[in-house]
Amino acid sequence: MYAIDPRRTSSAAWADVWLGLDVGSDIALANAIGREIIHAGLTNRAFIERATTGFEAYRESVEPYTLEHAETITGVSASVIQELAHAYARADRAQVCWTLGITEHHNAVDNVFAIINLALLTGHVGRFGSGLVPLRGQNNVQGGGDMGAIPNKFVGGQDVENPEHRARFERAYGVTLPPKRGWHLSEMFEAMERGDLRTLYIIGENPIQSEADAHRARKLLTGLDHLIVQDIFLTRTAEIADVVLPAAASWCESEGTVTSSERRVQRVRKALDPPGGARDDIDILCELARRLGHPWETPTAEAVWNELRALSPWHRGMSYERLEQLGGLQWPCPHDTHPGSPLLHDRLWEDPVEGPSAPFMPVVFDPPVDRLTEEFPLRLTTGRRLDSFNTGVQTGGYASPMRRGETLDVSPEDARRLGVVEGEIVRVVSRRGAVEAPIHVDPGLRAGLTFMTFHFPEQVETNLLTIDAVDPKSGTAEFKASAIRVEKVCVQPALSAAGSAVEAV
Amino acid sequence: MTGAAIPAPPSREVELTIDGRQVRVPEGTTLLQACRSVGIDTPTLCYLETLTPVNVCRVCVVEVEGSRALVPACSRPVEPKMVVHTDSERVRHSRRVVFELLASSVDLSLAPARVREDMARYGASPERFGPRAARVAQPVKVDNELYVRDYSRCILCYKCVEACGADAQNTFAIAVSGRGFGATIATEFDHPLPDSACVYCGNCIGVCPTGALMFKSEHDMRAAGTWDESRQTVTETICGYCGVGCTLQLRVQDNSIVRVTSPLDHDVTSGHLCIKGRFGFQFVQNR
Repeated sequence: MYAIDPRRTSSAAWADVWLGLDVGSDIALANAIGREIIHAGLTNRAFIERATTGFEAYRESVEPYTLEHAETITGVSASVIQELAHAYARADRAQVCWTLGITEHHNAVDNVFAIINLALLTGHVGRFGSGLVPLRGQNNVQGGGDMGAIPNKFVGGQDVENPEHRARFERAYGVTLPPKRGWHLSEMFEAMERGDLRTLYIIGENPIQSEADAHRARKLLTGLDHLIVQDIFLTRTAEIADVVLPAAASWCESEGTVTSSERRVQRVRKALDPPGGARDDIDILCELARRLGHPWETPTAEAVWNELRALSPWHRGMSYERLEQLGGLQWPCPHDTHPGSPLLHDRLWEDPVEGPSAPFMPVVFDPPVDRLTEEFPLRLTTGRRLDSFNTGVQTGGYASPMRRGETLDVSPEDARRLGVVEGEIVRVVSRRGAVEAPIHVDPGLRAGLTFMTFHFPEQVETNLLTIDAVDPKSGTAEFKASAIRVEKVCVQPALSAAGSAVEAV
Repeated sequence: MTGAAIPAPPSREVELTIDGRQVRVPEGTTLLQACRSVGIDTPTLCYLETLTPVNVCRVCVVEVEGSRALVPACSRPVEPKMVVHTDSERVRHSRRVVFELLASSVDLSLAPARVREDMARYGASPERFGPRAARVAQPVKVDNELYVRDYSRCILCYKCVEACGADAQNTFAIAVSGRGFGATIATEFDHPLPDSACVYCGNCIGVCPTGALMFKSEHDMRAAGTWDESRQTVTETICGYCGVGCTLQLRVQDNSIVRVTSPLDHDVTSGHLCIKGRFGFQFVQNR
């Protein structure tokens, strides 16, 4: 196992090799690996010829990324990059797993393309044990997209701008649907800025604390004509809403399904009665429809699911009965006896390939938007700790013995250089804002790299520092790369909080 | 459950005799699995499907002809032409004494009913050692808000050590410390859990067969006399945190979650959880 992470996380500690690259240098690393595989003659030529397009353009695009050049960009030594390239290409089976370290960047989609290119180069895709594995950070982020809660898709990955797909939904519901995709989250904030979006209905999200550049998010949300928030808590976002609709917790106060990282649809069930006044999401939405003049009944979760199955070929074979019997099914599952699909893209191994070839997508390295300068010399990256989750709305509710609140984690080298000690409160300044936080010295960080979570916004509002430079293709902000400086706030150093454990993530 | 397309490796069959019956099982099968495949009920304490056998409890021992000592069925692979006796006097005697030694020294009152049935089946009478029999009794360790350790209920089956180690969590926060009757499960230098490597996944609780490891909420309710299984329901759902999709079994009493477990036979995580899935539910009942 090779762990590629700017921080020496507990996964990195378990790996055979840790590549501690600089934040945002992923494309330089991937392209150098690709170039090395090509130059060493380790490509899967049969697979490339049969199943892909655009190899020549890719080969030319990676040519500038020599091992030495990649070493200067990434900070990882050329010999280690070479070793990884050879190990990946020679492996019988190899997977690349990634999560937000790849996707929370201004060039998130390019980062993903850079990884996909490596899988196409070696044929490590579409076979058992090989593959590309984007790990999901929430229990139903996959399901949300599959259910059409993204601006360009209907349920089951069907395209809003595809007339044939659209016609299916127009027929089913007897309405005309807009032929253009909608806005994603970042575009909604832009539309608020322009004044084109004046009313917002938020379900189960706390953007006032979770968005990058929190100052801007707060200003835009408070400037709306009308804000409705449906949530299980009176979150900070709900506090500024005109209307709050208290909801039941989907995973234990409600019936339904969620879809995991591996496309596995599983049943969630009601174990608890929600507190008084809180209602099931389906109940709220149908009641709202009735108030708006549509005579909707309140269907059961299973009836809603069956409606979805009628319209989504991916889910057609997933009755509640089968989901319960089999402990979940992975889509696509097109009919009632289909076993589900643990594997995707195996069509690339058919001869001749069924359907379109997989294109190489050449990409170029583009460093993080928030540049390091003398004024802002340190890189801040954000993420989670093991026992906490996102803005802490849920995990704040239990007494974790591992919790120690927000800290600015710095390397021992930087702590010495800055003259700061464990527990000392410092001022953290970025181009967008400043916060105060205690120092935690983490030997897992390299000099120049700092780390914070966003779990404790009531204590430290980390997202005042982060940048909302957004990837135009995915709409994701570059949470992973801000430029900061650290200022001392008190003359007397605080007492060292010795013995605090280094957290595992 | 899924993954039907992965071809099973070819395996040879092995023929052996168990209690006079001819049995054919695939090579690599353990004696325990072979016994179970023909309906021969074999007691176990330290064995669990999801963990590597450690052969410490000796309650599954069987007699193999030609073998000097009794052999643990849970870990011993079958061999061609083996002749096995699972209900000989020697086996029955050994199982009885194991149960008697454990039950005379450990509080088994929260062990599953199956243990009491096995004790009756082998005629175990732990009282025969008299009132002065040595016991492992000691105060309950309560050093955090999530779970307690009551080693007066511990039969040293090692399951928690294995779940904390290479079989699931790879945290290695606990091990067996001391020798003989003084042996106990401990963190390094017996530090309290918050000063140990523990990451509170609770996978040790999930595999503990005797209630030695217990949710603090359950421990407190039992102490207060409010724990009432007749008023409890168990509902399966999916964890609300990350994208792995672990199945949770929520045990609920009076509209409050009182314990969280995960089914061993589910192939997403084989019953193992993390701190958030196991303990991070409180937010739904801070009403």
